[in-house]
Amino acid sequence: MRVLEPLIELRRGLWTTLRSMFEKQVTTQYPEHKRPVKARFRGLHVLKRYDNGLEKCIGCALCAAACPADAIFVEASENSAEVRYSPGDRYASTYEINLLRCIYCGFCEDACPTEAIVLGDQYELTFTNRRAAIYTKDMFIEPVPAAGKPTPQKTGPGMFTRSVPEMKDPSD
Amino acid sequence: MTKQVTLTIDGQQVAVSEGTLIVNAAKQIGIDIPVFCYHPKMEPVGMCRQCLVEVGRPVVDRATGQVVMEDGKPKIQFGAKLETACTTPVSDGMVVLTASEKAKANQREILEFLLTSHPLDCPVCDKGGECPLQNLTLAHGAPASRFIYDEKQHADKRVPLGDLIWLDRERCIQCARCIRFQDEIAGESVLAFYQRGRATDIITNSEPGFDSIFSGNTTDICPVGALTTADFRFGARPWEMKAAASICSQCPVGCNVTLNTRREAKSGGKVVLKRVMPRQNEAVNEIWICDKGRFAHHFTENEHRLATPLARKDGKLALVSWDKALGLVAGKLADAKGEAVVLASGRLSNEDLFNLKQLADGLGGEALLYTQMGGGELTTAYGVPAGTNFAEMGIGTTILVVASDLYNEAPIWYLRLKQAAERGATLILANARETKLEKYSQFVVRYSYGDEAETICGLAKKAHVGEAITSAENLVVLYGSDGLGLDGSSALAAACAELVKSRAGKPNNGLIGVWPRANDQGAWELGFKPVADLKAVFQKANVVYIAGADPFGDNPELTSRIPHHASRIPQHASRSTHPAPFIIVQELFLTETAKLADVILPAQAVTEREGSFTSGERRAQRFYPAVPARGQSRADFVITAQIAAEFGLELEGRFAARVMDKMAATVKTFAGISYRELAETTEQWPIVGRGDLYYGGTTYENKQGLGVILALSPSPTGRGARGEGKPLRPDEDHWLAVPVTRLYDLGITVATSALLKARTGGAHILLHPDSAQKLGLAAGEQVELNGNRLEVRLDPTVPVMVALVPRSMGVPIAGPMVAKIKAA
Repeated sequence: MRVLEPLIELRRGLWTTLRSMFEKQVTTQYPEHKRPVKARFRGLHVLKRYDNGLEKCIGCALCAAACPADAIFVEASENSAEVRYSPGDRYASTYEINLLRCIYCGFCEDACPTEAIVLGDQYELTFTNRRAAIYTKDMFIEPVPAAGKPTPQKTGPGMFTRSVPEMKDPSD
Repeated sequence: MTKQVTLTIDGQQVAVSEGTLIVNAAKQIGIDIPVFCYHPKMEPVGMCRQCLVEVGRPVVDRATGQVVMEDGKPKIQFGAKLETACTTPVSDGMVVLTASEKAKANQREILEFLLTSHPLDCPVCDKGGECPLQNLTLAHGAPASRFIYDEKQHADKRVPLGDLIWLDRERCIQCARCIRFQDEIAGESVLAFYQRGRATDIITNSEPGFDSIFSGNTTDICPVGALTTADFRFGARPWEMKAAASICSQCPVGCNVTLNTRREAKSGGKVVLKRVMPRQNEAVNEIWICDKGRFAHHFTENEHRLATPLARKDGKLALVSWDKALGLVAGKLADAKGEAVVLASGRLSNEDLFNLKQLADGLGGEALLYTQMGGGELTTAYGVPAGTNFAEMGIGTTILVVASDLYNEAPIWYLRLKQAAERGATLILANARETKLEKYSQFVVRYSYGDEAETICGLAKKAHVGEAITSAENLVVLYGSDGLGLDGSSALAAACAELVKSRAGKPNNGLIGVWPRANDQGAWELGFKPVADLKAVFQKANVVYIAGADPFGDNPELTSRIPHHASRIPQHASRSTHPAPFIIVQELFLTETAKLADVILPAQAVTEREGSFTSGERRAQRFYPAVPARGQSRADFVITAQIAAEFGLELEGRFAARVMDKMAATVKTFAGISYRELAETTEQWPIVGRGDLYYGGTTYENKQGLGVILALSPSPTGRGARGEGKPLRPDEDHWLAVPVTRLYDLGITVATSALLKARTGGAHILLHPDSAQKLGLAAGEQVELNGNRLEVRLDPTVPVMVALVPRSMGVPIAGPMVAKIKAA
C-alpha cells in the first residue's frame, strides 16, 4: 500500500484543481473590471449640492474641528443674494483636504450639520507629490444636478436665508 | 472696610462685603449661577430670569427683633418664589440654593424658552465656540424641547446697525446688554428696544446708525451671536485662531489687546491678523477697547508695506541688500558725527527709542522727538506713581482735564473719567470749546485759545474750582494739545505741573500727558528732546535718521531742502549754501518722507515683533509678536543696533528683553524693570475669558502681563520750554487756525483700514455757524486756508473767529497760526 499512497495524494490534489475549474471565479480583472464597494464604504470625499445646484457646504468648519488628523482646512466667506453659493449667510470659499493626512474615519461626515460632506466610493488615489495630495473644493464638489444651476447663483433677496435646512428628524 | 456678611450658598459658608450680589458671592466660592443679562460692569436688571435661585432668610421675631431658633439653628424661611441672584444683595444668615430641583428646573425651562426661537445657527455663527448661550445650554439645558420645531419665529438675519456692527435679529435674546452698555458705560444712548414681546427688536436711533466709538464692545458682551463686527464677519471660527497679547498702538492709553491670527488662503497662505480683542487690565482699559483700536489694524497686512531696503541710485530708489544699506547708512553717520540727527516719533517702542538715543549719543548727535506736544520732562517728574488707577477714583478725587478732547484723543480715558465722575469724583474740564466729556463734569472752565497756561495759573485762586483743586484729597491733571502746538503745550504743562508738584509721588495724584502717539511718554523718559524748528534741523544737519515719523508728509514745505524734490521747492525756499542732508528713513510705508530719502530701511510693525510701550500713565507694558514679519523687514531696535555695529558701537540688537535690561541699568525711571516683571499678572475681578461659566464675553484673560508704572524722576531733566513770544489769540481782524485731534484721521495706521473710511472723511475745517456766515459759507462748501482746499463743516462749539483744523487730515498745522480763509 505504501506504493499507492503518493498516487492517492496526487489524485486528491488534482481533484481540487479539477473542481475549482468549474467554480465561480473570485479574481476580478482590476482595473478593467471593478468590484462594487459596500454601502458604508469610506472613500474620497464628495461635497454635495441641493437639487437647485446650491452647495450644501456652509463653510462652518465643523468637519475641520472634528478631524482627528487635522487634514481639513476651511475658510468661509459671506453669501449675498447676488452672489450665492449656498443657502444662508456663509459659504466655503476655500475647502481643502490633505489626503495624505486623511485617515478616512468619516468623522467629518458625522460633524457636518448639512450633510454636505460624504465619503464616496472613489478609492483610486495616487499622487506624484505632496502638494498634489491637497485636494481643493472644485475637486470635491459634485457636478450640478440636471435641475439645478451652477454656483454662484443670483437669487432673489429673502430667499435661501437658512444655512441649516430644517431636517425632518434632527437626530439623524 | 465695608461690613462683612456671612451667608451659605449650596451648603458652603462664605463671607463677602455688604452689598455684594448673590451671583458674585457664589462666584467667589466657585459656584457658577447661569446669567445672560447680568454683567458685572453694569447695573443689574434681572430681565433674563436665568439666574433665579432659591433664597432663604432667617426668621426674625418682630416683637423681640431676635432671630428665631429651631433645633439650635436659625429658622430659615424660603420664599414662595425664586429670586434673581443678579439683583439680590446678600444679607446675614442668608441661605441660597442654586442647584435645588426648583432652581434647576427654572434654569432648564428658561433656556427652553430662549431656544424656542433661537435659530439653529451655531455652525455659521461667529460666536459659535465662545457663546454663553451654547455653554449654558450644554450645562443646564434640557436634552429636548417641548416646543414645536416648525413654529420657530423667523426674523431678519442681516441688519446693519451701522457700518461696523451687524445685527442678526433672530439670534437676539433681548438681554439688553448692548443697550445698557451704550447707556451706562459709553454714555451714548444710540441703541434701544423697539416693539414688545416676541417682536422686540434692537434698533439704533442715531444717524448714522450705531454712532458710537465704543460699538465694538457690544459684540464682546453679547451673550449670543446677534451682534457681529463687519470687520470679522465669518472670518474664522474662534477655536481656529491663535492669540497673541499686544498693546494697542493707536493712542497713549495703552489698552491691552489680544490679536487673533490665522493662516489664510485668501492672503496667499500667510498668517494674518483676523481680529483685535480686548485683554483685561482693570488698571488700564478694564475689558473695553475703542473702535479705532479694534478696527484700525489693517496696516500690518497692507500690500504697500515696505519689504526690502531701498537706496537712491541715480536719483531713483532701488533695491539693495541689508548689508549694503547698513554699510551705507553707517558710513554716512560715522562721517557726520555730531552733525547727525536722529528724529523719532512715539510710534516706536521703548527699546527702539533707547537704541536710537544710544546711537545719537555715541555719535555726539542729537536725538529729537517728532511731536507737536511738549511737557514730557514734567510728566516724568510729576506723573502718576505706581498704585494709580482711575477705577479707584471717586469722592475726594479731583480730575482736571485741560486742552484735551479725550473722546477723540484717548477714548478709554474718556470712559474711565466719566465713570470716575459718576462715582463722585470732581471732574473739571478746561477747554476753549465744548467737548464731549463736559456732560459729566462738575465745573467747566472756558478760556479762549491762547490763554491756556494763563488760565491754569490762575485756576487755584478761582472761587469754587480753586477750592476743588486745592482741597482735593487726590488730584490728577490731564493736559493735551487741543488747539496747541509745542510751545503752547509746553507752557501749559508747566502751569499744570505747578498744581500737582506738592503731591508728587502720592498714588492717584499727578500729571498725565494726553500724547498724540502711543509711546511719546517713553521717548521723554529716554531723554528725547522735542524739536521746535524742523526746518532748521534739515538746514543744519548732515545726516538725518528719521524713524517712525513723516515730517514731509505732515508739512510739505519742509521738502524745500531736499533736492530730489526740486519741483516742489516753493518760492520762498531758503538759498543757503549748505548741502542737503543725507536722509535715512526707517518706516513701514513709503511715506512722503520716505520718497525723499536716500536710504529706506523697512521696519516691522508692532504686531510682528516684541517690545514695550510706555503709556500716558507711564505704565510700561509689553507686546508680543503675532504675525510673521513682512519681507525682509527688521525690528527698529535691531536695525539701529546693526547700524551701530558697523562703526563699532555696541548696542543690543538680538533680544528686546536685553535692551530692556540695559535700559533698566542706565535710565533712572526704568530702574529695576525687566520683561519678566512686565509679564507678571495678579488675579483680577471680574473674572473674564476663562473656561468657566460666569457672565461670558469674548474679552481675553490677561496672562501676559499687567505692566509696571515707572518710577518718578524727582528732578525734571529740563525746564518746560516756555513759549517764545506772545501766544496767538483770535481777534476781530484775524482768523486763528488751531490744530485739534480727531479719532479717525488720515494717519497711515488708520487710513489703511477701509472700513473706517466713511468715518474719516476728507480734509476739512470746523467753523462756528456765525463765522461761516461772516465768510458767506455754508456747510459742505470748499474754502481755501493758507493755500489748502478744504471742506467747511459747521460746529456751534467752535469759538467765533477760530477755525479748527484736524491734525493728520491732509492740512499741515503744527500749532496755532493766523489763518487766511477765503471761499474757494
